[in-house]
Amino acid sequence: MVASVRPEGAPVISAQDLVKTYGDVNAVDGISFAIPAGESFGLLGPNGAGKSTTMRMIGGVSQRTAGQLNIMGLDPEQQGPEVRAHLGVVPQQDNLDEELRVRENLIIYGRYFGLSRSYLSQRADELLEFAQLQDKAKARVDSLSGGMKRRLTIARSLINDPKILLLDEPTTGLDPQARHVLWDRLFRLKEQGVTLVLTTHYMDEAEQLCDRLIVVDKGRIMAEGSPAQLIRKHSSREVLELRFGTDRNVAVAERLDGTGDRIEVLPDRVLVYSDNGEESLEAIRGRGFHPITSLVRRASLEDVFLRLTGRSLVD
Amino acid sequence: MTEGRLLRAQAPEVSAAKARRWGSLYFMEHMLRSMRAYVVTIIVTSIGNPLLYLFSMGVGLASIVDRSPSAHFAGVGYLAFAAPALLVSSSVMTCANEMMFPVMDGFKWRRIYYGPHVTPLVPGQLAAGHVMAVGIRLLVQCTVFYLIMLGFGATLSPTSWLIVPVGVLAGMAFGTPLMAYAARIDKENFQFSMIQRFIVMPLFLFSGTFYPLGTMPQAMQWIGWISPLWHGNQLGRLVTIGPTEPVWLVAVHVVYLAALGTFGMVWARHNYARRMDA
Repeated sequence: MVASVRPEGAPVISAQDLVKTYGDVNAVDGISFAIPAGESFGLLGPNGAGKSTTMRMIGGVSQRTAGQLNIMGLDPEQQGPEVRAHLGVVPQQDNLDEELRVRENLIIYGRYFGLSRSYLSQRADELLEFAQLQDKAKARVDSLSGGMKRRLTIARSLINDPKILLLDEPTTGLDPQARHVLWDRLFRLKEQGVTLVLTTHYMDEAEQLCDRLIVVDKGRIMAEGSPAQLIRKHSSREVLELRFGTDRNVAVAERLDGTGDRIEVLPDRVLVYSDNGEESLEAIRGRGFHPITSLVRRASLEDVFLRLTGRSLVD
Repeated sequence: MTEGRLLRAQAPEVSAAKARRWGSLYFMEHMLRSMRAYVVTIIVTSIGNPLLYLFSMGVGLASIVDRSPSAHFAGVGYLAFAAPALLVSSSVMTCANEMMFPVMDGFKWRRIYYGPHVTPLVPGQLAAGHVMAVGIRLLVQCTVFYLIMLGFGATLSPTSWLIVPVGVLAGMAFGTPLMAYAARIDKENFQFSMIQRFIVMPLFLFSGTFYPLGTMPQAMQWIGWISPLWHGNQLGRLVTIGPTEPVWLVAVHVVYLAALGTFGMVWARHNYARRMDA
């Protein structure tokens, strides 16, 4: 039996110069990070940035090309089953067994961890309650909505009472109500001391759930810190959004120098990054430019993300 | 959610140790539970197939064939000659089906292999668990077929019950290499239909199922020699009729089937790991 040998206080997950290569492509290109117990850690990045590949390596289901990786004091390549026994995993794509009933999906999944039927019977009921699916216990999985399936997948990942939960885009494709219910469930787990590692495309989700995150692009870490730190470092406090009309935006923007820290022209609007959006707006009006619409908002993680990873579409 | 801490599970290292030891059985249980979705089909085919086969071939055809003075089927009636081969054939065909579409289902369509893949189980255990579940299905199917054979009076030897493991062995000898092949396919472009039409069906017809292999033209007899179905058919006749072949040839049948099954299993485990751990 291989037990965890993690020293007290050491990170539950640490990666050092992690590399994963597929053919000539470096999907992950020298990533390093450490996650202490109980932290909620996010990986942000556009499609193809290497987030899921990193998650697969942490989950012990993909062999790394180079670098060091340590989960609970264990190497996932050498002690894959032992590492995975510590983890709960919510995959990007649901893979519930639709031939089985809802409760049966939990029971059979728990068997993979060698858990006793008596434990699983009790645990399945607890998790159905946790996922607000008590009424669906005997339902067929294919009769569930997308949000219910996602909640069931999360419930399934908790069957072994994991201390680390890996969530790969947990709320993609869900409606706002379902997302908020899931955030609530995840926040409760965080309160219980579960370490959350998640990838997401949603900046509001990252801001809600993550204590700390890394922005990944082309397999490399572009920035690291708490959401507030990243916003402070890579953006102004506020953003002024102005619309002058698509045919005028570029021409006007060229004459707005000095009204903010930075100006960005998009096809439909001009963004003025400033610590005081109202002052900037007054200054712009003072120069004789009167936008069709204007909006002052707080800078968000999305501004940081787009600045670091660019606005060009990635498929 | 319940207030306070949820129920505590066993230590992760205990989970990992149990999974290392019993993981294949855990997945076998999953597969068997999944089979309940088509349990009616399993029951109907397990009972219906032998009844249809034995009535049409063994009784209907036998009533004509056995009247012919030139007909020679190992010195026994046509029913006793054909019945063990029909059992083995049905086992091989069932195994072929269970090792193609459900494998693709596990990797691609419903992706159910990827649920246990992130647990302490390893891909080789998924392959082994799948094989064991199909083995149990074949065991039930062959047992039902055998009992119906008994009802038809189609067995002549006290060792006839051995037709059940022979049926399972022949099924696995054909099924496990198919499983390994299915694990390498990224997209199902009718390969499985082709296998059924151009491999399974010809083997069914040309593996000495309905007549002795020796009555076929010499140039076609090689089909039987390489066919696990022919080796299974001959072993089946050995146990239900009695010895009709030299001992060395019986040994060849056993070794050939066991070797194919072992090769298929090893290849399948390799392909599962290659596909899932990339």
